Amino acid sequence: MGADEVAAAIEAEAVRRGVVVQVVRNGSRGMMWLEPLVEVVTANGRVAYGPVTPRDVAALFEAGFLGGGAHELGHGDTDQIPWLAQQDRLTFARVGVVDPLSAQDYEGHGGLVALRRALVMTPAQICDEVTESGLRGRGGAGFPVGVKWRTVLDAVDLPKFVACNADEGDSGTFADRMLMEGDPFMLIEGMVIAGIAVGAHEGFVYVRSEYPDAVAALAAAIAAAYKAGWLGPRVLGSDYGFDLEIRVGAGAYICGEETAMLESLEGKRGVVRAKPPLPALEGLFGKPTVVNNVLSLASVLVVLARGAQFYRDFGVGRSRGTQVFQLGGNVGRGGIVETAFGITLGQMLERFGGGTASGRPIRAVQVGGPLGAYLPPARFDLPLDYEAFAAAGAMLGHGGIVVFDDTVDMAVQARFAMEFCAAESCGKCTPCRVGAVRGVEVIDRIVAGRDVAAGVVLLEDLLELMAEGSLCAMGGLTPMPVRSVLQYFPEDLDRSEGTP
Amino acid sequence: MLSDVSLRQAPWSQEVALETMGAHAAQRGPLLPVLHALQERFGFVDARAVPLVAKALNVSRADVYGVLTFYSDLRSSLPGRVRVQVCRGEACQAVGGHALAEHATRSLGVDFGGTAVDGSVTLDEVFCLGNCALGPTVTVNGRLRGRVHAAELDALVADGGVLA
Repeated sequence: MGADEVAAAIEAEAVRRGVVVQVVRNGSRGMMWLEPLVEVVTANGRVAYGPVTPRDVAALFEAGFLGGGAHELGHGDTDQIPWLAQQDRLTFARVGVVDPLSAQDYEGHGGLVALRRALVMTPAQICDEVTESGLRGRGGAGFPVGVKWRTVLDAVDLPKFVACNADEGDSGTFADRMLMEGDPFMLIEGMVIAGIAVGAHEGFVYVRSEYPDAVAALAAAIAAAYKAGWLGPRVLGSDYGFDLEIRVGAGAYICGEETAMLESLEGKRGVVRAKPPLPALEGLFGKPTVVNNVLSLASVLVVLARGAQFYRDFGVGRSRGTQVFQLGGNVGRGGIVETAFGITLGQMLERFGGGTASGRPIRAVQVGGPLGAYLPPARFDLPLDYEAFAAAGAMLGHGGIVVFDDTVDMAVQARFAMEFCAAESCGKCTPCRVGAVRGVEVIDRIVAGRDVAAGVVLLEDLLELMAEGSLCAMGGLTPMPVRSVLQYFPEDLDRSEGTP
Repeated sequence: MLSDVSLRQAPWSQEVALETMGAHAAQRGPLLPVLHALQERFGFVDARAVPLVAKALNVSRADVYGVLTFYSDLRSSLPGRVRVQVCRGEACQAVGGHALAEHATRSLGVDFGGTAVDGSVTLDEVFCLGNCALGPTVTVNGRLRGRVHAAELDALVADGGVLA
């Protein structure tokens, strides 16, 4: 959004005025609607100004913003901005607050507490505590993290690996990126803890190539962590050794699927594997492997630093703790909203979203990425928890919430789901590889008004086949957004009446 | 890495290629890092590199070719001097992404995946750059930009990614 230019403008203006300022490029607070956001550290705390453009900088100096002076872009104490104050920032507590690459800052803000604790626990104790916290995988599938770790711990084959899935390819999701750019040490610490818990001494982070800034931040943080002795042969002076390496993807969405990611890490085409065997038993290079999403590994720190019970007390039902939701698309106040599970979709959109950016009414919201359902306002009563969404034929996925106004053509969105699947399918199984192409054709025929009733029957048949017959979630879940359009927005598909 | 590939390309040299590969040979599963490194050095993965990689990593040429053609980031030909990526994901679609994509192909005179005949520009589609609350999003020579509509895109392309 031009934050580099703003930072340069502030430094230049300070020099011009003979004022000494220290500009720290911290990660984003996740208030995307106020970006570029400038925070000034004053005697009364941090004061926020945004969205700031280079043209505003001189006026901000005039208004005395270095002392927290009033200006029309001013929002007062950052932490008191209601949008932020109403959140439960546990995993994202440091993001946007600390200098992401300062090891000292990290430790000063509660970093390493979890790792120090893990080093004096037995692996089984760590797995048990994580299981007790109720933490489920944040990548989308929602599998209990502690149970997965226990499976790897109990595996006898050696060596074992920790593989972090940072291939956050779902449109509408950006929490992994914000965390890697804003608090990369947190992911590093989480991976070391996962290693201790399962007996692995080697880890890989697979970051998508679309995130070059995250790759750079993480690489710098890994180098700093080696220097500080948080990685290497003696982690924090203990007898435990752990090495960590970044691998960069190459633009394949399917590599966000865990087995395709493992193939890619091995240097092969990102083609999914049949399960079983589970990656926990035969994963990277055929060895027992923990595969976790960025947010899962980061959330473990909260569990260990503050206790399983503390984490468990957030959330509802079987969805415990907090979820880092991401509000995007045509939304008034988009960004990172970390909150306990259980608030409704409507509350999320009302309290945080602030309507659409275009000012028009919301028509549909897609939750959970390109493979998630489109929901109409009539379903905004759904509570944000895994089970409630699953029961409604939808999914929370990685927590992305994409807002569309009433100009959206849902037939185009349904078609896009199939197009995307056709483009990104790894090609291994037929329901996905061929089904997606056929899906585009059937939808085109329906929209063209050629034998609509028969086309819908055929489409539903195809959706069932893809959902039941595909090897992985790519083909298996592509039907979800299409079905939701059939269910909630049938008028967009059947244009035989009304529309000319 | 994606950034500024067009600015750093070196002419083909087998020696340089071998040296570039050598830096990654000791890694586990080195093929993808090796191909990335070659692309970063030369701007794309030259066909002449395929047998060298196969030999160095003790895999078949088909394996190397398979990986090279599977991943959309890996190029088999030289990209344009300015490289534009337009996000086609749903979050950007919700704020005018379709219109921006159409404008991009029309104004640059190339389809997605194409390079202008004069080598001035390469246009790629990308599915999500993780800037979903500030779309439509593009990158120009590796720099991420949000809230980009037709006029902003034209200005960015003209300036090679730097906002005036």
